[in-house]
Amino acid sequence: MHAIAGLNPQGLVPPQKGLFHPATFHLGNGMEVVVVENHRAPVVAHWVWYKVGCADSPIGKSGLPHFLEHLMFKGTDAIPPGAFSKEVAKQGGNDNAQTSLDYTAYFQLIAKDRLPLMMQMEADRMANLRLVDEIVYPERDVIVEERRQRIDNDPNAQLHEQMSALQYLHHPYRLPVIGWMHEIQAYTREDALAFYDRWYAPGNAVLVVAGDITADELRPLAEATYGKVAPRGTPERVRVGEPPQLAERRLQLADERVGQPFLIRSYLVPSFASAGKEHAYPLEVLMEWLGTGGTSELFRDLVVEKGLASNAGGFYRGVSLDPTMLRVYAIPRPGVGLDTLESELDEVLARVVRDGIPADALERVQRRMLAESVYDRDSLMGASRYFGACLCSGLTVEDAEAWPERIAAVTVDDVRAAGALAFNKRHAVTGHLVHA
Amino acid sequence: MVPVQEVKTPGGIRAYLVTERTVPFLSLGFHFRGGAKLDPFGKDGLASFTAGVIDEGAGPYDTQAFRRELEDNVIRLGFDADRDGFSGHLKTLSATRDHAFELLRLALHEPRLDAEPVERVRAQVQADLSRRAKDPNAQARRHFYHGMFGTHAYGRPIRGTLETVTLFSAGDVRTYVSEALRKDDLVVGVCGDIDAATLAPLLDHAFGTLPAGSAWTVETAVPMAGPGLEIVEIDNPQTVAMFGHGGIERHDPGYQAAFVANHILAGGGFSSRLMEEVREKRGLAYGVGASLVELQGAPLWIGHVATSNDRVAQSLEIIASEASKLANGMLDSPELEDARTYITGSFPLRLTSNDQVAGMLVGMLTLDLGQDYLDRRNQLIEALTLEEVQAAARRLFHPDAMRVVAVGKPQGLKAAA
Repeated sequence: MHAIAGLNPQGLVPPQKGLFHPATFHLGNGMEVVVVENHRAPVVAHWVWYKVGCADSPIGKSGLPHFLEHLMFKGTDAIPPGAFSKEVAKQGGNDNAQTSLDYTAYFQLIAKDRLPLMMQMEADRMANLRLVDEIVYPERDVIVEERRQRIDNDPNAQLHEQMSALQYLHHPYRLPVIGWMHEIQAYTREDALAFYDRWYAPGNAVLVVAGDITADELRPLAEATYGKVAPRGTPERVRVGEPPQLAERRLQLADERVGQPFLIRSYLVPSFASAGKEHAYPLEVLMEWLGTGGTSELFRDLVVEKGLASNAGGFYRGVSLDPTMLRVYAIPRPGVGLDTLESELDEVLARVVRDGIPADALERVQRRMLAESVYDRDSLMGASRYFGACLCSGLTVEDAEAWPERIAAVTVDDVRAAGALAFNKRHAVTGHLVHA
Repeated sequence: MVPVQEVKTPGGIRAYLVTERTVPFLSLGFHFRGGAKLDPFGKDGLASFTAGVIDEGAGPYDTQAFRRELEDNVIRLGFDADRDGFSGHLKTLSATRDHAFELLRLALHEPRLDAEPVERVRAQVQADLSRRAKDPNAQARRHFYHGMFGTHAYGRPIRGTLETVTLFSAGDVRTYVSEALRKDDLVVGVCGDIDAATLAPLLDHAFGTLPAGSAWTVETAVPMAGPGLEIVEIDNPQTVAMFGHGGIERHDPGYQAAFVANHILAGGGFSSRLMEEVREKRGLAYGVGASLVELQGAPLWIGHVATSNDRVAQSLEIIASEASKLANGMLDSPELEDARTYITGSFPLRLTSNDQVAGMLVGMLTLDLGQDYLDRRNQLIEALTLEEVQAAARRLFHPDAMRVVAVGKPQGLKAAA
């Protein structure tokens, strides 16, 4: 905590260790439990996270984990199809689920006194899913409509999907979370159940509860519900590795539905958990400085000073099991070509690689990032999402809690090294969205 | 439940406050009646443009300096305009509280409107309008409101058009600020690490010297168009449809019963009849729902669905048929009880963060729901009888009177002549 105390000239950030100060324990069957106390309202956020996502899709069945996520609401011996969410609603709760490349997660936000019932229901569907064709196939149609709504109606989303597919030559992060349409249309009930049997087990799951509860209160409830689910081995998550990327890739998507062209570039970079992870915290700091907000380098240069773009920025999310994407983007002003904008963007990035970050800018950005984390403590869903995503992405609770120290420890040299590593065109995909 | 204090400052500002010390920051929301409704004729989008530009430099701070004051101190400040309101939010750590209120005051009183940020925001609005011009959801919304209200202010585009946005000058913005942002139209909601005695002078500092009076004209019964179908052809695999008709005033004695009836038919989550019939049973859409919209003098009931082009007619038929069943009294006590438990049980879930509570407080003042509304609201729902909800459904839902806007290449839908 030395570092934060040292960079605290305005008293903005109290010296701080940890973020949410969770309690953790394991059940006998291997299930990990994280509890974040927040007693302002008699409410809890109850989540179960499975360490499996769409990057673990069987070959030829992209998006199958997301289809299974939908089917998890379709019945067990104890709960008939469709009754799960109705029961949550009857108890005054909200529920939903989400799937990413690395995880599949289910939640209810509900009054504290209803938590035992939620845990019982969630533990039940961890082990006792029952699926029949009359339920499974209409749900497959729902996924088809979801894909059209999210992706096929929207050329921006189509460009992002095509860019991910180009960014990874081999690794399954090239797949869309929702799956390719022709593979969605061929999913079977047996596919979903085989995937469920292979991956859904207590030892591959994390329980996260945030809200008006203590670990001492939660432990007996967890033992009486999840603790009763028989342990079962699940496979290691072994994903094919990415070969060296030697060639810059570019694509242009032209569509008559494009109203506003834009330019986006992604770079393959390390995550908090992958090889090269020592660059991850510096990358996060770098992108806060380079790409976040109205005083960021990209915005100031391309939008304010040169007046070529109406907006510009970039972002990096390091919570990812395997190497991830850093993205920068710019939206041209009327009359400015994407090629012109791109060469100016390249100049900013070249300057960052050459000159790095000034010491005073680094300190400013670090202080801001640490201060922002105060706001995160006000959200039950935010705290539980953070731990669930971290634990499904190769990080520990200790890693998650060490974030302030690790951000504070980043030096000017670290940022320069991270920038030099990241902004290499051989690892880059450049996308242009244009009107056909 | 949550203790709400009323704060009336010497400067004439009215606020609701919930003191919450868990985390050392506060969230503040505010709302001026008016918004896009006060856009001068021919300058559609001026309120929205004003919201985008007044936080781009104010007082001694040029645009980059102002942004830097906000970002370095992690103060979040922003403005927005809607059809009948101009709103804003402020979020600050306790350590930077005084400075945050000063930045808010400067934005409202001394926006600089330097040439660079004005032209930049204009370019941003143009980019946004160009994108929305092709976006199916934005197109559906624009055509729906225009079809419903025609040339009345509610039918005009909130963000303006590519033509009107070229017209705005710094002078237009100054005029909007001085004429539309009036003290008597303002309400404020605050939740966080502050008490009433500390808050009052800060509110007076930020808002107390705004001009008195009101820029707002109360309207009743704004005319709305009758039933109709409008098809906007675009080359998409899906048709995005908006449907709806007149709703019910927030102060109508039947409002809560209508709210419950809409929840049963089309409310959030997975448990509504429309989700059951359209999504769960038939796989026609990923999502379908509808809600009551409280536009002053023009309450609405509006819904939304996206279905493949060849099946959208079926989705719309099911929606009309389900609305009709509920309007005809098809509702029993167990289904009402389930809805009631959800609506009352989930209410506290909407009040678990400072941002949420501040937003709720602003809404309570804007709609004049009373200081005890948080305590009273669930009692109102508990007191409803089956007959009242059935009567509200009969009054609310008129499938024959629906206006539908369908954006896509729908098959089997015929636009009215």
